[in-house]
Amino acid sequence: MAANSAGEYIKHHLGNLTYGKLPEGYVRECHGHAETLTETTWTFACNGNEAKDMGFAAFHVDSLVWSGGLGIIMCLLFWLGARKATAGIPSGFLNFVEIIIEFIDTQVRDSFHGKSKLIAPLSLVIFCWVFLMNLMDLVPVDFIPKTFEWVMVSFFGWSAHEAYFKIVPTTDPNITLGMSFSVMFLIIFLTIKTKGVGGFVGTLALHPFESGNPVVKALLIPVNLLLETIALLAKPVSLGLRLFGNMYAGEFVFILLAAMMGTWQFVGAWPWAVFHILVITLQAFIFMVLTIVYLSMAVEEH
Amino acid sequence: MNINATLIGQAIWFALFVFFCMKFVWPPISRALEERKQKIAEGLSAADRAERDLELAQEKATANLKEAKEKAAEIIDQANRRANQIVEEAKDAARTEGERLVAKAHSEIDQEVNQAREQLRKEVAALALSGAEKVLAGEVNQDAHKQMLEQLAAEL
Repeated sequence: MAANSAGEYIKHHLGNLTYGKLPEGYVRECHGHAETLTETTWTFACNGNEAKDMGFAAFHVDSLVWSGGLGIIMCLLFWLGARKATAGIPSGFLNFVEIIIEFIDTQVRDSFHGKSKLIAPLSLVIFCWVFLMNLMDLVPVDFIPKTFEWVMVSFFGWSAHEAYFKIVPTTDPNITLGMSFSVMFLIIFLTIKTKGVGGFVGTLALHPFESGNPVVKALLIPVNLLLETIALLAKPVSLGLRLFGNMYAGEFVFILLAAMMGTWQFVGAWPWAVFHILVITLQAFIFMVLTIVYLSMAVEEH
Repeated sequence: MNINATLIGQAIWFALFVFFCMKFVWPPISRALEERKQKIAEGLSAADRAERDLELAQEKATANLKEAKEKAAEIIDQANRRANQIVEEAKDAARTEGERLVAKAHSEIDQEVNQAREQLRKEVAALALSGAEKVLAGEVNQDAHKQMLEQLAAEL
């Protein structure tokens, strides 16, 4: 594969299928010729620049469809298990579900010292869902995107370079940050629920520097506020970016191997895939455990 | 790698799935697990109890057997003693009866001897009287000498 086409190949694999808003007067350069939009349009971006220019008013359709689809499959499987739940002897699939549930339950009991009906199911969803999303990394990189490309080109008249399709949602920072910021809001919510609004403001303003002297205390408030706000924001950012970084790097290696070796990628990708199974599970587990720890810190008294 | 509204979409998915699992997945399964745990605990304690009961029953059975044996031995012992006693009593009774019979026989013999002696005396007296009568031949008045003759008879 030539260097240029390899670069294109990699770039294409790293782009998301983006549906978003393009403003009036925007100049599109899709099919080799420029075209000026006469009105504000919601459309699929046909290249990386357009996706960037859409700004915040855009959706990564592939990420959302795959994450949502995997989540629905997960919920359905668990629901099937839950329907058969019995205190008697568990059969086949229920056994499997119970193993997962007990594993999560142990983790939650070990780390979370408050009482909450939310934390355990939350941890279950995080672990299984993130695991499933990561698992998409093990599907050969071209398999589904090329199929999608073929369908779009054959039936919808798209050109091949427009058909971006990323099937690993966790290699999209929107997905991981979307989850981690949800966790942050849960942290804030639980803090306010257990300590009240005053308590929440207290955790931001009166730590880590404390003083018995009221004047010194007042002087320390801005410093504390700065430090604690950064600490609060650092939690979801690090949580989301850790998962994203690991999965993105893993996906990148697969894409590189595919770009270098073509059809022989399976030989090269196999050892990496075996190693990656570990990363996939570990990252899902770390995301779950850190969420539990953060939420536990939120409800614990200082 | 643009940050956009996908963030919000993902947050909504997340909330939906967590809500679903919180309502329909976690409670039934964890309840079933809890119930099973309790059931197993009950089963184990029941097994323990049964084992203890069995032990107790065995002990009781052994004790009963022992007691029964002791009782049987006692009864046999008692019966033996009783038999001996009966034999002793029978012997005693036989002895006393024998003695009594012997005594009775003795007394009968004595009586008969006495009777015979009385009769003999009477006969001797009569014989002496008739002899004397014959010797004296009317000289002697039976009425006048009766007292003397009876005295004589008593001395015999």
